[in-house]
Amino acid sequence: MVGTRKAIKTAALLILSLGLAMPASAEPVQLLNAKDFSEIRIGGDVFESELENGMKVVVVPDHRAPVVTHMVWYKVGAADEPPGESGIAHFLEHLMFKGTKNAPEGEFSRVISEVGGRENAFTSQDYTAYFQRVAKEHLETMMRYEADRMENLVLTDEQVAPERDVVLQERAQRTDRRPSARLGETLDQMLYPNHPYGVPVIGWESEIKQLNLEDAIAFYDRYYTPNNAILIVAGDVSPEEVMGAAERTYGKVARRAEPGERVRPAVQILPGNRTVTMEDPQVAQPTLQEAWLVPSYNSDTEAEAAAIDVLADILGGGTNSRLYRKLAVEDQLATEVGSYYRSTALDSGEFRIYGIPKDPANFELLEREIRAVIADLITNGVTEEEVARSQRSMLASTIYAQDDQGTMARIFGTALTTGSSVAEVQEWPQSIAAVTPEDVQRVAAKYLEGPSIRAYLLPPQRETAENTVTQ
Amino acid sequence: MYHNSKNVWKSLRAGAVGTIVGLGFLAGVSATPAAAIEIQEVESPGGIKAWLVEDYTVPIIAMDFAFEGGTSQDPEDKLGLTSLLTTMLDEGAGEMDSQAFQQKLEDLTMELSFSAGRDYFYGSYKTLAANKDETSALVHAALTSPRFDQQPLERMKAKALAGIERSLKRPDSVAGLAFSKALFPDHPYGWPSSGTLETVTTLTADDLADQHKKIFARDGLTVGVVGAISAEDLAPLLDKVFGGLPETGNLTTIEDVGPQTGVVEHIAFDTPQTSIMFALPGLKRSDPDFVNAFIANHIMGGGTFSSWLYEEIREKRGLAYGVGSYLVPRQHTALWMGSTGTAGDKAPLAVDLIKQQLVRLAEEGPTEDELSKAKAFLTGSYALRFDSSSAIANQLVGIQTEELGIDYINTRNDLINEVTLDDVKAVSKKLLSGVEPAIVTVGPFGDEANAAGQ
Repeated sequence: MVGTRKAIKTAALLILSLGLAMPASAEPVQLLNAKDFSEIRIGGDVFESELENGMKVVVVPDHRAPVVTHMVWYKVGAADEPPGESGIAHFLEHLMFKGTKNAPEGEFSRVISEVGGRENAFTSQDYTAYFQRVAKEHLETMMRYEADRMENLVLTDEQVAPERDVVLQERAQRTDRRPSARLGETLDQMLYPNHPYGVPVIGWESEIKQLNLEDAIAFYDRYYTPNNAILIVAGDVSPEEVMGAAERTYGKVARRAEPGERVRPAVQILPGNRTVTMEDPQVAQPTLQEAWLVPSYNSDTEAEAAAIDVLADILGGGTNSRLYRKLAVEDQLATEVGSYYRSTALDSGEFRIYGIPKDPANFELLEREIRAVIADLITNGVTEEEVARSQRSMLASTIYAQDDQGTMARIFGTALTTGSSVAEVQEWPQSIAAVTPEDVQRVAAKYLEGPSIRAYLLPPQRETAENTVTQ
Repeated sequence: MYHNSKNVWKSLRAGAVGTIVGLGFLAGVSATPAAAIEIQEVESPGGIKAWLVEDYTVPIIAMDFAFEGGTSQDPEDKLGLTSLLTTMLDEGAGEMDSQAFQQKLEDLTMELSFSAGRDYFYGSYKTLAANKDETSALVHAALTSPRFDQQPLERMKAKALAGIERSLKRPDSVAGLAFSKALFPDHPYGWPSSGTLETVTTLTADDLADQHKKIFARDGLTVGVVGAISAEDLAPLLDKVFGGLPETGNLTTIEDVGPQTGVVEHIAFDTPQTSIMFALPGLKRSDPDFVNAFIANHIMGGGTFSSWLYEEIREKRGLAYGVGSYLVPRQHTALWMGSTGTAGDKAPLAVDLIKQQLVRLAEEGPTEDELSKAKAFLTGSYALRFDSSSAIANQLVGIQTEELGIDYINTRNDLINEVTLDDVKAVSKKLLSGVEPAIVTVGPFGDEANAAGQ
């Protein structure tokens, strides 16, 4: 895989490739074509290396402002939690701010604050990440504190109890008081009956209440070790500076554990369509969702992910998509309608559609019409022009993304903790540019005719609710 | 904070569905010395002025602009008109109907958005440098000859009405609406920006055309540009985008107003978390004491993981996930406000704690150590506001609309460093002493919460 300290040099072809498309001002509209974009390499001169203790290092230089984004990503998330301890990955993320044997609670945050830095952390099913954004001269200080809390976390019950209440309030804010989020938990559980993606990242309320200091430390000792971590620095630094500072800080942290392969139960696609319905007085308009399990970029053994990406865009990715044009613009049946692809995951990906009828009475009609649009796409395929248009806008988004160092750091962090490599990220534009109309039709037929889960979120006592629910 | 991992690329694009949850409130962005930023003043042959920061790192151009006149320009019987206007400018213009316009936006792979605050109408677009001529023609059409066709108008009205219906069922937005009304009972600032079900239903294409004429004029225009373009090339481009706008608009005069104090309003709502909002009179941006108040606010409720409110409400007691306060200076009023959300039975305690911190700030004020830490953060973090083209363009417009001067980026940190402890104490006393905050709570509250089984 990646040799120690061996830089992977990739030419920054970005500027070059766009140079091709510079139109003379008098010309009519010049459309960039997918071929122009296909030479883009995301991140340009990205540097990749590894410390002796197994910690990966990725540097994304961006010298526009004297600022760096420093992130440490752990290859552990909610999907790696022991049964009955849902929420422990996220709870530990909160507790990582409670101090170490060297730096008492609040010291790290105070140091960041005193240099005008920003900090935060986040947890998903597959990763947990911590970041600071600071003026570049403070980078090594950030590394020193972050390396310290990789091995020296100290917790007391007095810290753990109020923080658990904070997490319960976070759950209340994000989930319990939002009907759509509560229904989302049920939908996820139905999609993944035997896989941990069916359990919410923040945890079930009853299980969060049981989490304690010992659970947190056990999880920490098992997964927080340099050989399970990735350092990503984006901003005004050179790879040499980063590697020097990384060896002086993270390089001193011993391998604390061997987390091993991330093997989870194989995702099962169960036969038959299933439906969940929820009524709630806080719902203003009925909303329908449908979800299918599809490959993620990592679980994609048959090179279909790029085609699914293009499919999601053509079918329902914005105002020019088939669903929106037909059902919101032409038929005036929907106020919202679209589709999206959750493509970045260690295990399965998901394809989802959603719709909100303009008139609540047309709920079933909207659902039938959405099916008709999908059926038409499966039967008759998509046009060259549609594919080219989607490719253009997806590839342009990669250029806009390079405008923000924080975005770049996250793109690489997400990819590397969900099974992808730096090279795969950089070559994503090529794989999108290679998608054909036939590819799109094929994946649509293969996945969207298969079993799905439907979720209906309804205002209370809808007259037609009975029909929708009990089929 | 937790994070729903979806398609990273998709989430970069407009309309992405995604959930990111902060361990703390991500209250604003911040950063350091902005020595590297050089602002050029550009004037087009037609007299349009803009501030430009040239930067060729990424081959894109970001342009932000603002017209004076926001949602407070809505006629009282046509509330929601300006908000509706923000959704109609890219729904057909000139020769292009809605579909043709949307198609062209996508073909040119540009990003274009409009929004409205109470005082200003904002626009923003990003284009690949290679497409700058075609994209400016498209923006020009949207700004000068929007069509307001019946079909897209009905679609956008339906969307707006659905949004209002939803907001009436969400405790946070219910709190926000009630709060504006309580603070400004007899002033446009108290009206709902998105309108009401009654008013939006009646809005017509003629109404939109009137509002467009009222707001879209050159004398209220401010422009900031960042990216791969020289001053020489930008000058004619400005005329391509903004040329043809009338010299003056027809803005309604808005009276200056102070927010009501001491109002306490509770709205019972069946939800597991109670929303709490509070506000006091603040200071306008032009007030000589503004920077002093800005620091006082940072100490009380502005820091990410460090502020009095954060410490008392979240760290010590675990009452809330997010809590914070902020200054809201507007053209015709000024607020100092804050918010949090907590379990219903803890809501009275949270309200008491907020009041205690306000009294503490007025009577004791911060310590010298707290002041120096606040200064260190605020000066150090300033550079973080300038790390992407869009972020810089946004700053360029903000500095101009607040009339802070083209040298502001270089002098701003000095203004903060000059503030003394006496300044902060004096402004805190002036703003908080003897003033009762207005407080709005939505959800269960205290005993009522227990009765409801919370």
